[in-house]
Amino acid sequence: MVEPSSIGSVLPAANSPIAKRRRFWREFKDRAARYGVALGGVSVIFAIVLIFFYLLYVVLPLFSGAEMKTESEYMMPENTTVHLALNEYNDVALSVDMGGQLQYFAAESGQVISRPELPLPMGSDIVSFSHGDYTTGVLAYGFDDGRALVFKREYKISYPNDTRYITPFISYPTGEALVKVDAKGRSLTALTVQSNEDQTTVVGLTDSNTLVILNLVREEDFMDEDAFTIEEKRTEIILPGDENITHIQMDIDQRELYLVDDLGFLIYYDITNTAAPDLIQKIKAVPTGVNVTALSFLTGGISVLVGRSDGQIDQWFPLRDIHNNYTLHNVRYFKDQQSAIVKLAPEYARKGFLALDESGQVGIYHTTAERTLLIDTLTDGTPSVMGLAPRANGVLALSTSGQAKLLAIDNEHPEVSWHSLWQKVWYESRDKPEYIWQSSSASSDFEPKFSLSPLTFGTLKAAFYAMLVAVPLAIMGAIYTAYFMSPKMRTLVKPTIEIMEALPTVILGFLAGLWLAPIVEGNLPGVFSILVMLPIMTILTAYLWTKLPESFRDSIPDGWEAAILVPVVILVGFVSMLMSPTLEVWLFNGDMPRWLDDMGIGFDQRNSLVVGLVMGFAVIPTIFSITEDAIFGVPKHLTIGSLALGATPWQTLTRVVLLTASPGIFSGVMIGLGRAVGETMIVLMATGNTPIMDFNIFEGFRALSANIAVEMPEAEVASTHYRVLFLAALVLFMATFIFNTIAEVVRQRLRVKYSSL
Amino acid sequence: MSNQSLSSWFKSGTPWVWLNAGAVSISLVMVIGLLGLIAVRGLSHFWPADIVVLNYNEPGVETVQLLGEIIDKETVSALRLKSAGVILPEGQSSGQRFLLKIGNRDYFGLDFRWINGQWMGEESRPEKVVAVERREWGHFYGYLGAVKEAGAIVAKDDAAWDELQIRLARANSLVDQIKMIEKKDVGEINHGIESLRLEARQLALDGIKKGSLQHQEMAQSRRGWDEQYKVLQTQLEALYIALSRDQMLMTMSDGREVEIPLSKVVHAYRPNAMSTLEKLAFYFHEVWKFVSGDPREANTEGGIFPAIFGTVMMVMIMAVLVTPFGVVAAVYLKEYATQGPLTRLIRIAVNNLAGVPSIVYGVFGLGFFVYFLGGNIDELFFQASLPAPTFGTPGLLWASLTLAILTVPVVIVATEEGLSRIPRNIREGSLALGATKAETLWRTVLPMAAPAMMTGLILAVARAAGEVAPLMMVGVVKLAPALAVDTMAPYLHLDRQFMHLGFHIYDVGFQSPNVEAARPLVYATALLLVIIIIVLNITAISIRNRLRENSKASEN
Repeated sequence: MVEPSSIGSVLPAANSPIAKRRRFWREFKDRAARYGVALGGVSVIFAIVLIFFYLLYVVLPLFSGAEMKTESEYMMPENTTVHLALNEYNDVALSVDMGGQLQYFAAESGQVISRPELPLPMGSDIVSFSHGDYTTGVLAYGFDDGRALVFKREYKISYPNDTRYITPFISYPTGEALVKVDAKGRSLTALTVQSNEDQTTVVGLTDSNTLVILNLVREEDFMDEDAFTIEEKRTEIILPGDENITHIQMDIDQRELYLVDDLGFLIYYDITNTAAPDLIQKIKAVPTGVNVTALSFLTGGISVLVGRSDGQIDQWFPLRDIHNNYTLHNVRYFKDQQSAIVKLAPEYARKGFLALDESGQVGIYHTTAERTLLIDTLTDGTPSVMGLAPRANGVLALSTSGQAKLLAIDNEHPEVSWHSLWQKVWYESRDKPEYIWQSSSASSDFEPKFSLSPLTFGTLKAAFYAMLVAVPLAIMGAIYTAYFMSPKMRTLVKPTIEIMEALPTVILGFLAGLWLAPIVEGNLPGVFSILVMLPIMTILTAYLWTKLPESFRDSIPDGWEAAILVPVVILVGFVSMLMSPTLEVWLFNGDMPRWLDDMGIGFDQRNSLVVGLVMGFAVIPTIFSITEDAIFGVPKHLTIGSLALGATPWQTLTRVVLLTASPGIFSGVMIGLGRAVGETMIVLMATGNTPIMDFNIFEGFRALSANIAVEMPEAEVASTHYRVLFLAALVLFMATFIFNTIAEVVRQRLRVKYSSL
Repeated sequence: MSNQSLSSWFKSGTPWVWLNAGAVSISLVMVIGLLGLIAVRGLSHFWPADIVVLNYNEPGVETVQLLGEIIDKETVSALRLKSAGVILPEGQSSGQRFLLKIGNRDYFGLDFRWINGQWMGEESRPEKVVAVERREWGHFYGYLGAVKEAGAIVAKDDAAWDELQIRLARANSLVDQIKMIEKKDVGEINHGIESLRLEARQLALDGIKKGSLQHQEMAQSRRGWDEQYKVLQTQLEALYIALSRDQMLMTMSDGREVEIPLSKVVHAYRPNAMSTLEKLAFYFHEVWKFVSGDPREANTEGGIFPAIFGTVMMVMIMAVLVTPFGVVAAVYLKEYATQGPLTRLIRIAVNNLAGVPSIVYGVFGLGFFVYFLGGNIDELFFQASLPAPTFGTPGLLWASLTLAILTVPVVIVATEEGLSRIPRNIREGSLALGATKAETLWRTVLPMAAPAMMTGLILAVARAAGEVAPLMMVGVVKLAPALAVDTMAPYLHLDRQFMHLGFHIYDVGFQSPNVEAARPLVYATALLLVIIIIVLNITAISIRNRLRENSKASEN
């Protein structure tokens, strides 16, 4: 069939099927394009927004509290359990009771795995029990005849058929025989023990209020590893009659001994030398009417936690003063629980702990961050013991009536809080609260110091010095280029300066660190003389220029002053550098960095001055370009009007042009500031990257951006450190975004204003 | 009178105008001085400088003969010199110090030495001094004594030089052969064996028992690879033996005689005997080697070809990713989206993103692309090679994607600007003739806006080529074992890590053990990077300028 077509046209008739088909297809394509483009556009914009939300998504877990979830609940027989411990995988638990019974059982179900028999002596009774540091697993019983049994929980892990199989057992650090703590055979009513590979110390309190310290040092034979001798050292401290000791704790290094009596005194002994224990301090730790109800070390053995009958928990640690004397300080307290604290369980690896009170409420805390992460009900108030998982991701509670409960704890990032990030924190062993950034260390019981303050300070310091260099140069340069310079020169100058914006900052950083920093160090007086001499020489040149013969001046057209000044600038620079050694000899005894040092001003080779100069240089084009556009865009009739009324060009500039263009200049400065804040490579390469808080221009700093660049590749994924670095990135993002938005809004307003004028 | 004229001069504002002019002059001097510094330092590195021989009379120490290139000199105040033990003659307030590259690091311990001008004796430039560029331990300076073959002298004194050149050419061709075999053939075998291992893992994951047909086939091909490897092994051994045949006997400045195997020598030259023309030829040869060669000695010697290649690859992949997305987003914002407060807000946000610090993009790229996307891709498609990550680790693709996100605002802004320059009447004309919106866009508007897109793309590429901070997290390494493109399937390895010019500068300048030796190389690398970026920018600017003129012309 022949298609009907309209006469005299190459197009098919409007209603013919082929025309319809074509129309349909065109319409379809048009729609497809509409939706396709919309989809693409929206998704690109979405991707951009995603950056913000992804950063936020990574950061938010830092600030969420802890959560506890019951994994299983079961009944066990009534018991006198005094100690509970979990293994690394939270599957095998150990209970220790006052009758000398040990029991390994499945933490999930309570099913008994094994009941190790201890070599208990016939005829003497267990009167006390103590556990050493949780990380070591050392335990001890004290007997009524002055002897003690030290034992240790251990686990053997094997992988038959690729499944984990755990065999728990008991070992004896001082041998299976009991150790005689009190030579006189008095009953040990209270006990504390610590043991490591080299030595074991047992401190017992006898019923005649005497403290007995027994130190056993294991000395291995050089020739034979298995052969060893044990050297015993024993001392007695007779306590004053009014001290009724209720708690006794020794630190993991077996150097410090803390006692608490029933009047609430905290008594601190130094037992580094077993033969001569030294009473350092006795201090009233609680107000009258309040008792100490729990005492425990925080992991690492530096701080002690004091649980009180009013539900408050205090952290104490000894501080050394300038005379090398130690005194105890109550560094911080937590008051979120209402009833008497009965059990304190420190975490194994972090500076956090759990506290159980009389009413059965449990609190999860972190000391450094001063955070109370969770208060929740653990037991119904019957006397209970709890065992915290080594990874602090679970807790097992067992009451005397036999109720057992295994809970999972979700508490990934307790060590960060608003307070620890931005305010002064009193870290362990520091003599005052400080801002410190120290994210990692070799030892495992290290207290991470995540203070963003020194880093933010570094960023601001860098930006400040950079702006100090860039703002005057860029704005003055822009004023001249836009308003006074001859158009011919302007077409050359503007792109030349603007192209510097594209210069990779890694090159600037390299030059700053390896070329400029040594030059500045060697010619410090010269650098300062350049800063002083340049404006003076410029004005002097200008004055001399008026004295030159008219005919010569006329040969150079207006608006070429900048070109005339170029040789002056070079000359000033050259002469200053040449004079630098002489100046140094005259004014600074020949070595200015050392002279500064003598004046008490620290000097680093890679310092803020270098960063200021180079980063200022990097920021100049940004500010210059925007400011120049703003000034150049001031409507011509305004300036012409002003000039016609008899104002000089300078008056017109300051009273008309700059006022009109000021929002543009402001937005240029803001964008420049944003660039200076976020700049990474220059600050990374041109400073020493030490996180100090000092405004000294001759010292370095560590900026947020450089810190991210240095530490990010090494941070473990999803760790607190990783998330804190993301937070640093978010801070940078927000800061620059705010600066830029203000600038952008101001600039858009200006554009509207210009078009209305 | 003069006083009054001075104050009226100040009142007229002229000095302040001059002061402003001074700011421009300072900026200009800094810009041009900086470029000049990089250019001079970067270009002079390849020039075969004369080698000076001088007697150095340090008081209290026996006079030594020093031999080397003078690299740098500085003027130091008398006081500082005094603290270094140098007493200048009365009345002289400063002295000079020279940095001498004495080479021979393996014998002297240091290859650079600062010497005091005060103690320098007479200098000479004997023609016979030979500079040897070695594969290890940097340069060697000395006098050629003899050329040996398997320990026996074959040429001495004057004849030795020509003999050396012949034998050096042979040694270098042997080195090339060895490199070819080790890199290409052995690399292929390793790749084959690795893919067999992965196949075996995959079979295990799929639950196919050992002894099946697939396993037998695999065992067979493994045997094939092993045999090939043995053949290559014997070939290589023969080549190595041939290579170790010749040695050269050199005398150092302190008189010691040293034997250098020719296998360790890249080339030997006598700069003092070269004419300017020869030096020029040598210079361009060195430049070519720098641009096309592989780095040696922890990147402080040799060329930077892998870094150039890595930069170009990354930028190309980024350009392929960023162009469509940037253009589509701009077209949507300008042509389809209803103009209102929301689009204004989006526009401000897009503009601002261009100002967000690049390190933030790096952090985002590492978290989102590498760990989140890459980790999931590995789980889904590369189970056989887990726990070794394939895409779940920094690599070329993620670096390109990160930079694409970083530069997409540039493309959007430039394209939008181009679109808004197209006069309304052109669009309306097209629509009036019955074209749909899509047809108008595709046939009329976009072709006219093409130069604007081009400008945006070039600016994006220039920005991407110079960024280092984000790349440090998402894929750049100091030394990549292999290029991202090779002869093994799938030819383009997006998961590989790569080298980058900017990072090369950071790494060699700040992390290298011998900064002094590496510094000229860093300047040369910096110069190359600056040239690339400035050329790209100038291209973009000139396209933009022409575009503006064209649009003005079409408006009239």
